[in-house]
Amino acid sequence: MTLIETKPSENLNIVIVGHVDHGKSTLLGRLYADTGSLPDGKLEKVQAICKQQGKEFEYAFLFDAFLEEQEQGITIDTARTFFMWKGRQYIIIDAPGHKEFLKNMISGAARAEAALLLIDALEGVKEQSKKHGYLLSLLGVRQFAVVVNKMDLVGYRQDVFDGIEKEYREFLGQFKAVPLQFIPVSAKLGDNIANRSEQMPWYTGATVLETLGGFQKEAARSEQPLRMPVQDVYKFDARRIITGRIAAGQLKVGDHLVFSPSNKRANIRTVEAFNIEPQPTEGQAGQSIGVTLDDQIFVERGEIASHQEHLPSVSTAFRANLFWLGKRPLEKERKYLLRVATKEVDCEVASIHRIIDTMDLAQQQGSNTVNKNQVAELTLRTKTPVAFDLSASFEATGRFVLVDEYDIAGGGIITELVHDDQEFLREEARRRDFAWVKGEVTVEDRAQQYGHRAAVVLITGGRHTGKSFLARKLEGRLVADGRHAYLLDGENLRRGLDADLSEEERGETTEMARRYGEVARLLTDTGLIVVSTTNPFGLAYQEASQAIRTLVHPAPVIAVHMSKTEEEPPPNTDVVLSGPTDFDAATARILDELKRRGVLAQAIGAKPVFQYSI
Amino acid sequence: MKHLRQLEDQSVYILREAYKHFNNLAMLWSMGKDSTVLLWLARKAFFGHVPFPLLHVDTSYKIPAMIEYRDRLAREWRLNLVVGQNKEALAAGMNHTMGRVVCCTALKTNGLKQLLEHKGYTGVILGVRADEEGTRAKERYFSPRDKHGDWDFRDQPPELWDQYKTTFPPGTHIRIHPLLDWTEINIWEYIKLENIPFIDLYLDKGEGIRYRSLGCAPCTTPIKSTAKTVDEIIEELRHTTVAERSGRAQDEGRGMELLRKDGYM
Repeated sequence: MTLIETKPSENLNIVIVGHVDHGKSTLLGRLYADTGSLPDGKLEKVQAICKQQGKEFEYAFLFDAFLEEQEQGITIDTARTFFMWKGRQYIIIDAPGHKEFLKNMISGAARAEAALLLIDALEGVKEQSKKHGYLLSLLGVRQFAVVVNKMDLVGYRQDVFDGIEKEYREFLGQFKAVPLQFIPVSAKLGDNIANRSEQMPWYTGATVLETLGGFQKEAARSEQPLRMPVQDVYKFDARRIITGRIAAGQLKVGDHLVFSPSNKRANIRTVEAFNIEPQPTEGQAGQSIGVTLDDQIFVERGEIASHQEHLPSVSTAFRANLFWLGKRPLEKERKYLLRVATKEVDCEVASIHRIIDTMDLAQQQGSNTVNKNQVAELTLRTKTPVAFDLSASFEATGRFVLVDEYDIAGGGIITELVHDDQEFLREEARRRDFAWVKGEVTVEDRAQQYGHRAAVVLITGGRHTGKSFLARKLEGRLVADGRHAYLLDGENLRRGLDADLSEEERGETTEMARRYGEVARLLTDTGLIVVSTTNPFGLAYQEASQAIRTLVHPAPVIAVHMSKTEEEPPPNTDVVLSGPTDFDAATARILDELKRRGVLAQAIGAKPVFQYSI
Repeated sequence: MKHLRQLEDQSVYILREAYKHFNNLAMLWSMGKDSTVLLWLARKAFFGHVPFPLLHVDTSYKIPAMIEYRDRLAREWRLNLVVGQNKEALAAGMNHTMGRVVCCTALKTNGLKQLLEHKGYTGVILGVRADEEGTRAKERYFSPRDKHGDWDFRDQPPELWDQYKTTFPPGTHIRIHPLLDWTEINIWEYIKLENIPFIDLYLDKGEGIRYRSLGCAPCTTPIKSTAKTVDEIIEELRHTTVAERSGRAQDEGRGMELLRKDGYM
């Protein structure tokens, strides 16, 4: 039988998962053979190798391209194969079920739009079947069917099939996963794969092939509010193009975009494209696009563009469900790189609430580690604020991966926003930025004129560590170098701006830091490099520096910590100075840091070419 | 057309990820249909620019028309073309009669490794497709290679959603495969849709034969075909059950598996 299909109108990614030896490769081999989708010679080539090795031919061998795999009889890695059926091209991802290879199964399932989950009729519902069902749900694959294979080995009995369906449905129901179909098959003998089984007249539902045909393309995310994580900013020619893939919603020329968490705003001037005539004026979910803006604002990779009416969440903490694939266990308080959409930021595991056993969904509490192949509920805390969504509302901006050293070691979905202590100040900054009135001189103009970008250098530390002295020295050096720098001393605020506060109020860090932060925000808007210390806040410098950071965001804050003896610097410190200070060397280190962060151009006097400005 | 735009969006996203994460990035260009589509996608991704060098590993046995085509496009599209060659092996007289896997290893795999090492590239973009042959079906979009350029297919990094492996220990490099999900038909459909210039060796010029896959002259044979236009190629592919690389000698037996483990493209 040869049924060659013509023009595919759409692609659908399907993943096939199941326990090792439950017959995934056999199912695939059968599907291809019975639909006439094999290239000439493929069957013969595999048959010849089998003969050479003295083995009986199996359909599974068709898909095990590596000879090593055939020796072991297991599929080592995610393989992709293609076939066309009734106007649709299926990309079949064959994901292995061996316990060691869970990460491949997850890699396969993460790019699938629908899944077939295999269960062996003879063995019944095993640990792997449960784990796979749970992970499919966690990975966001909501469209799937359960294929009960090897029905020939149980005499094609309906009661066996019904028992498996009942048990597995109950398990899936605990996390609200509902399969489209349970299908009794024998992949080896071809029952209910492409052709209806004559052995199981009691089953009148869809065959595997019909079930594939019934899978729907993912619902259009274009109807959702806009989410476009910024991927990169290009300046190859006169155009300054913000690129990204629209994760949800749509945009068009003239739209007012808000970038989170920086709160920068601008209107879309053009939608850019290569070799598309006429030039497009809009974009929608799924597209990798580029836009230019009417205002040269500084936005960078990791920010999420949205419309003002539907902003993403911004915080430094969230709660999540995570699966861990790392070679070493995930540990509480250890640092990892978090990646949410295009944002990369350092984070740590603030707490591990529970480990979920995927076998029976039992919960284990009080653990400080998550082992390989375990699933956990935890809270992550990030170094700087991140824009994100809850995965229940937005898939692409509601999920993340953790990188341990060089490897992606885990992934998960965001289930809850965790409020942090900067929430109110962040809201104040957002409201203030949205209403900010600008003059004719742009930030870009100032940066070009001054030869540097605005920034805050904030020197923290205990009493008598030399903070003020260093601040003065740094200001002097910057100005001598031709930079526009200004020493913001807390004392000057205390007697002026803060004169309305009572003595008691002046002792409260929160309000003092808020005022201080807003003044620093004004100064950075003038393009200055603000040099300052946390002297006015005494020992409450940690709290104060957090507040200042939140209010001047997104201007870079270079945090310098001074101490007489070795001590743990506050979080997010950029330059640590402990012991007796060589002030010239300290100044040089801060200048280097300013260069590294892109605040100063490399050479003094040279007019820098800024790709962006703040 | 919609499915082609979806493939394009995914490939463009991958190319931009590669450009963002790798300071020393290059793209392999063999002048075949796949790597030329890849080159076109780079121009899409970077709005008419190709912001990294294009590498051609020249075995000296390529069909001459391919070299002419290479130099013409490099000029017209203002490409930064870097040609590498394993001169030592060629001087020692390496050719396919010494064994196809031996020759491919020396002139292509080692030629590529020498070029990567010499230039210190840490990210290399390639136009391999999953449907070409079995080992390529196992690939990741971002696929690490160790210090020797070898591929450990048993222990590949997880690839979740749109998150790829972009960090790597010193001395290793990453192969980037933006075309993994494309099929041979998709390639031709896209060439037609975008009107991409391609070598006419892929067309029958009245002799009833054409090349379906291009490699070195001695090891690549044309197929019987009367397809004289892209439309006719697409029509032919819709009805063929012959494997795409059936004319490529190195695929015989375990050839490609051995070659790719050692770092072949």
